[in-house]
Amino acid sequence: MSNHTEEHWHRRALEHRSTLFAVLTVFGISIGSLVELVPMFTVENAAAHATGEVQPYTPLELAGRDIYLREGCYLCHSQMVRPMRAETLRYGTWSRAEEYTWDRPFQLGSRRIGPDLHRVGGKYPDAWHYEHMKDPRSMSTGSVMPNYPWLLEWSYDAADIQASMKAHQRAGTPYTDDEIAAAPSKLTEEGEAIVGRLAEANITTTSDKEIVALIAYLQRLGTDRPKDVAKGGE
Amino acid sequence: MSSNQPVVYDDAIVKKFLGATLLWGVVGMLVGVILALQLAWWPANGDIPYITFGRLRPLHTNAVIFAFAGNAVFTAIYWSMQRLLKVRMWSDGLSNFHFWGWQAIIVSAAVTLPLGLTQAKEYAELIWPIDIAIAVVWVAFAINFFGTIHIRKIKHLYVAIWFYMSFVLTVPILHIVNNLSVPATLTRSYPIYTGMTDALVQWWYGHNAVAFFLTTPFLGLMYYFLPKAAERPVYSYRLSIIHFWALVCLYIWAGPHHLLYSALPDWAQTAGMVFSVMLIAPSWGGMLNGLLTLRGAWDRVRQDPILKFYVVGVSFYGMSTFEGPMMSIRAVNGLAHYTNWVVGHVHSGALGWNGMMTFGMIYWLVPRLWGRKMAKESWVGLHFWLATVGIIFYIIAMWAAGVTEGLMLRAIDPDSGLLLYTNFLDVVHTLDPFYWMRFGGGLMFLTGILMMFVNVFLTVRGSGEPFSAPAAAVPAAK
Repeated sequence: MSNHTEEHWHRRALEHRSTLFAVLTVFGISIGSLVELVPMFTVENAAAHATGEVQPYTPLELAGRDIYLREGCYLCHSQMVRPMRAETLRYGTWSRAEEYTWDRPFQLGSRRIGPDLHRVGGKYPDAWHYEHMKDPRSMSTGSVMPNYPWLLEWSYDAADIQASMKAHQRAGTPYTDDEIAAAPSKLTEEGEAIVGRLAEANITTTSDKEIVALIAYLQRLGTDRPKDVAKGGE
Repeated sequence: MSSNQPVVYDDAIVKKFLGATLLWGVVGMLVGVILALQLAWWPANGDIPYITFGRLRPLHTNAVIFAFAGNAVFTAIYWSMQRLLKVRMWSDGLSNFHFWGWQAIIVSAAVTLPLGLTQAKEYAELIWPIDIAIAVVWVAFAINFFGTIHIRKIKHLYVAIWFYMSFVLTVPILHIVNNLSVPATLTRSYPIYTGMTDALVQWWYGHNAVAFFLTTPFLGLMYYFLPKAAERPVYSYRLSIIHFWALVCLYIWAGPHHLLYSALPDWAQTAGMVFSVMLIAPSWGGMLNGLLTLRGAWDRVRQDPILKFYVVGVSFYGMSTFEGPMMSIRAVNGLAHYTNWVVGHVHSGALGWNGMMTFGMIYWLVPRLWGRKMAKESWVGLHFWLATVGIIFYIIAMWAAGVTEGLMLRAIDPDSGLLLYTNFLDVVHTLDPFYWMRFGGGLMFLTGILMMFVNVFLTVRGSGEPFSAPAAAVPAAK
């Protein structure tokens, strides 16, 4: 097939030997992988060094987070305020690694078609979120976000959230068995608080609705600022 | 080497993968155009859960990467490795298991993603049962791949095979490590990693999917099909060795450039940035080896649309691999990150490099597989121009949009020291014209692939003139 006669040493040493070639390829990709990943599993692993300062999501917040994941919110909204003047002015204090301690999966995002959401917790009242998910333009003139009317109608399933909590527990999130068993009543309790606040704004809904869970999650976002940052400001 | 019996290659499997490439290419790009419309005109979300942007975008990315580009790479591998090793695939059964398994995975992705069944990790959205299926199908493919290498009749492994090998070996490692998770239900699971650890694992996977799914196998494709179409040997064997090993060793470090200025530890960010910048060298080694292979054949580029696809494809590879390292520099990334610039960058790679190389390969393969010239030969040139102009519209729109939004969002009023554009929506609507321009560019690109789909369909149905492959004057160098 070839007309050239020269035989380089590396042809016999390598390019004629498929097994060695494959082994060296895997070796080549292993160096960078190990150097970058192993420290992240050990010394830099927030979950392994958790101090208890950042608590896992409550059952209702977790239910809301599952909805956030399902709807692909991360494809238009980031959850990572970078340490830059324009960002801290626009969104609030920059994000710290500890704040993501119990985020499975992480939701940093890679695109801001809409604004960053990491400091959205507490920024607006519950009723704002309710109306905004129903029709974003009613709260935010000119918004290009889709309407999410089904979140106002669909209900979450308590047993489903217990399954989520169990999986998180097995993965290493410190939920106790008692907390998981008590999840259904805790869901109602947390939900009723939000339903009560919505009622003050003349919105009638029930605590089992997906929108209630999503509001719980959004209001939790970014409220776990480490104390030194919370005190010292930016 | 003892047998003189002619080898009967399995071309049926090549035909299947080629057809799947075309079909999923049309689907993936159609979804892309719908998404482009949704960004320009939000009512296109239709108040229907299953077609909102957040659910359709993973369908688009998965379809284009794993269905279109994936099937294209498999087409290239099944055609070229049999010929380079002068042997039929080791197992026809495994070849077919690979084909049907892969298509079943794609169909299940197309069903689950609009239903909102997702892992919510970018480019790794597919739920855990599908992830397991991917691993199983991949192992079958790898056994067949290495089985074929084991029974090869040509001792020397040609450059293309090295690049294919890095793809076959690395993709399952990335896939498995990134998808390790604890199932909660049949359709839902949570990663064993949390927070920034999960983020780094994800982008180690994500960027190396670019490296080992969209780059190295396409370089393998280039090293086989470009010299064939140009009827010239590869420019430099030595260069291919150097840039292969450099790519394999450097690319794997680049993931953290997706997390610059994030809460990832600084040392990891810096490592990602430094290795990303270094990647210019091996990337351009590949580009130059491709373009210089055309030395002495440039007159033919003027007439042969297949070579035009390759020239533009390899040039886009060079441009993307220059742009990528630049965007990995912290200061540049500070502006570009989170903006449409990144979207433009990705599409100059996906449409310009993966798309154009695939189109060139298909137009070269169809006459050889079905023994007929393309039914509409004039459409091939038209497709080339639609695709090229479409990409240019697309990336110019996204560059302009990205720089505009990056500058506006960081703009500070020098008098007050506060934000110049306090409302995020001021920025959103400044981008409207660019979104429409991108929609137009995408529509042109989609029209091109639709023409190709019809053209191949007509050819396969039998309306082209007979084609007999010219006796290969100069085979690919080895």
